[in-house]
Amino acid sequence: MSIREDNVEKIAKLARLTLSPEELAAFTNDLNNILGLVDQMTSITTDDVSPLAHPHDALQPLRKDLVTESNERDQFQALAPQTESGLYLVPKIIE
Amino acid sequence: MYSRSITSLIKGLDEKEFSPLELTEQFLKRIKSLGNGLNAFISLDEEGAIAKAKDLKRNTNQPLSGIPIAHKDIFCTLGSKTSCGSKMLDNFISPYDATIVAKLKSAGAICLGKTNMDEFAMGSSNETSYYGPAKNPWNLDYVPGGSSGGSAAATAARLVPACTGSDTGGSIRQPAAYCGITGLKPTYGLVSRWGMIAFASSLDQAGPMANSAEDAAILLTAMSGYDDKDSTSYATAASIDYQAECLTPNKPLTVGIVDDFLTQDLDAQILKRFEETKQILSKLGANFESVQLPSAGLSTSAYYVIAPAECSSNLSRYDGVRYGHRCESPENLTDLYERSRSEGFGKEVKRRIMIGTYALSAGYYDAYYNKAQKIRRLIKNDFDQAFKKVDLILTPTTPTPAFKLGEKVTDPVSMYLNDIYTIPANLAGLPAISFPAGFSGNLPVGMQLIGPAFSESQLLKTVYYFQQETDWHQQIPEAFK
Repeated sequence: MSIREDNVEKIAKLARLTLSPEELAAFTNDLNNILGLVDQMTSITTDDVSPLAHPHDALQPLRKDLVTESNERDQFQALAPQTESGLYLVPKIIE
Repeated sequence: MYSRSITSLIKGLDEKEFSPLELTEQFLKRIKSLGNGLNAFISLDEEGAIAKAKDLKRNTNQPLSGIPIAHKDIFCTLGSKTSCGSKMLDNFISPYDATIVAKLKSAGAICLGKTNMDEFAMGSSNETSYYGPAKNPWNLDYVPGGSSGGSAAATAARLVPACTGSDTGGSIRQPAAYCGITGLKPTYGLVSRWGMIAFASSLDQAGPMANSAEDAAILLTAMSGYDDKDSTSYATAASIDYQAECLTPNKPLTVGIVDDFLTQDLDAQILKRFEETKQILSKLGANFESVQLPSAGLSTSAYYVIAPAECSSNLSRYDGVRYGHRCESPENLTDLYERSRSEGFGKEVKRRIMIGTYALSAGYYDAYYNKAQKIRRLIKNDFDQAFKKVDLILTPTTPTPAFKLGEKVTDPVSMYLNDIYTIPANLAGLPAISFPAGFSGNLPVGMQLIGPAFSESQLLKTVYYFQQETDWHQQIPEAFK
């Protein structure tokens, strides 16, 4: 299965990345090489195999629904590029 | 004192041969003078380390009281930069300590700084770091391996007695092999992932990188244990003293050999070192038996679906809104996301995000992600079968010794194939240790032992006894003596 530049452009869009024309060509080549490696998976049939999502097949542990964390908004927002009155600022979305 | 083991440094502190301050200053001095050309560190915390060493009251209840260490820059450290080797997080000051950072702190260790790494731990050569690659202390023209290359280089050059690392597909063991140190990837779930910046969450595991199995055991004892902040943390009954386990009497073991691993493109010198390692282990009472891992040959293929898929999901959090890099004057929200991400991420990270996005996109899930997870099951089954016959499995850590800087950087697939022996343990969640076993030319060679889940005591002990018979782990690169 090989992918073309227009596929790669679409993947970049989905991943919220922009690529220059040179990058697009290079990535198309790289991605095809990597998919060539990945496609070796088709060499065996796995119809009756159940997928393994977690190495120990463990279940998600549950905890009591209690508040355990304290509010550290100011400390976290100190790292943000732009905030105002405790809110994160982004470019205007609704005109 | 730089060449001494952690146990011997602790003895030196207890016998007042030197103070914690003298010890910290000595290693800081090595980092700033000898370490200059190595680029093993992204940031140093000289002031913090000296202040801590000055105030330190030696406490024998703290197993690492006064011992300098360094953390891979993937672990959050309260109040200091945690870049993960990326421009994206160049401005990120961590607001909290990772669990293992807090645990090592309360064990009395003094953190000297944060070590260099491949960007977001994606790489096998350290060359994808935003801060330029760390170098191999045995030859500065060669890579130290990756992604924990800075930790391996710093430990091998004795710039610090030991470091932390993280391993998703070999990122502790491969650089440990390339730099001639001992590195352990624990069983998935033994060490908390909380505060370790996520790459592929079902594979990521933190572990120790040190100059001997005994030193690694001391670090692992401090790092491991259940953490309710990590939902995949394993609830163990009691904490284990791995150093004490190392020192228990050696028992004869059955060690598995995977014949398929010894044919494909294996360096001839490494094969010789492998045979010599077998001889030493048999002298210590080991028997050898062939084992088959028929699906292991597809590990790299499955890994390059699972790891990128999980990375594309984990790295979607870097959007330029709450922290990390934001582009200048975005036109609208999409422009903010796209430019912040495109400017903040390097080439390899983009490649992996794109592979993962593709593998998870509509219509491809079964062919890629689901197929890879099924192969993962087969690989785990192979190990389960093998460990019915043998106690541990011995393999080389890597198919070749360290390669030259720049040699593979333009060919991602040939870079990925460095990890053929290390990836299977990650996919199956098993513990594995790399330890020095001689040289190929002037470059170190590492061997790997893989064990069943939670067999860390046995792995460390086997290497401990191997290191009583050999002195490869005591070799120091000429320029750093």
